[in-house]
Amino acid sequence: MEPADSGSDSFRRGVRLGLPYAAAGFLLSLSFGVLAREAGFSAAQAIVTSAIVFAGSAQFAVVSILLGGGGLLPAVAAAGLMNARFLAMGIALAPSLPGGALKRAAQGQTVVDASWVHANRGDGTFDRWLLFGSTAPQYVTWFLGTTVGALAGDSLFDPERFGLDAIFPAFFFVLLIGEVKDRRTRLVALIGGAIALALVPFTPPGVPILAASTAALIGLAR
Amino acid sequence: MNIWVLIVLVAVVTAAIKAAGPIALGGRELPPWFSSVVAVMPGAVLAALVVTTALANGDELSVGPDTAGVAAAGIVAWRGGSVITCVLVAAAVTAGLRAI
Repeated sequence: MEPADSGSDSFRRGVRLGLPYAAAGFLLSLSFGVLAREAGFSAAQAIVTSAIVFAGSAQFAVVSILLGGGGLLPAVAAAGLMNARFLAMGIALAPSLPGGALKRAAQGQTVVDASWVHANRGDGTFDRWLLFGSTAPQYVTWFLGTTVGALAGDSLFDPERFGLDAIFPAFFFVLLIGEVKDRRTRLVALIGGAIALALVPFTPPGVPILAASTAALIGLAR
Repeated sequence: MNIWVLIVLVAVVTAAIKAAGPIALGGRELPPWFSSVVAVMPGAVLAALVVTTALANGDELSVGPDTAGVAAAGIVAWRGGSVITCVLVAAAVTAGLRAI
């Protein structure tokens, strides 16, 4: 299962691939820091959230639920549903991780969307060192951006006024364009997007994304 | 509500979800069908993330300045723009439309 190529080369390549996404992540986490303060978090609470949760879409889901007047359980449930896609991504990654269950679980924590896409070799396996490398700078800027946003608070600016809410989808769009290389991947993306859009009015946020991952079953067609 | 409790719960739920696959399925041989599905999965997940973050507001579909910003970023990305360029274009177009 261990690939022959050295881990440190893959790690360095991962860092290079992750850096631009880390820069974009800085802006995202900056707006998370501001929104978290608006939702009643202290600066320390916002920063700790980014440090120990480190899952952008779930963090934004929690904050938007609190801002909408929701309570503890709806917020935790929304975070779980937003993260549901990591279940599918973790299952896909699992066979590429060596070691015992605990070690594999720890390695699985390093998955974020961009690094998981970067590490996917396209043959069903993942380069785990590339995964770690791509995640590393993204973790650092996620923490730094939150710190700046949380300390500046809403005295600094209104994220929506500066269009920062458009950064999240744009971030995923760039990753998507890199993934749709041929007819099959384009078809999978179209169907995945359609499944998600169709489910939005009927399911809690997050479920449409998990459901969309079933579009990958088209990979089974010859 | 105690926000610290909320933070710890969200962290635990997130960690459990990320750990589930690697714990249950690690260290096994890949059946060939598994590889074919995994290979195309990023496109499905990413497309879903794009449409839900650009077009959905909770459980409603909504089109606004941010949708236009994301579309502009998509065009830049399609033409080979870097992720930084794309997110800046998305933010600039969205902010510009809101300022009008």
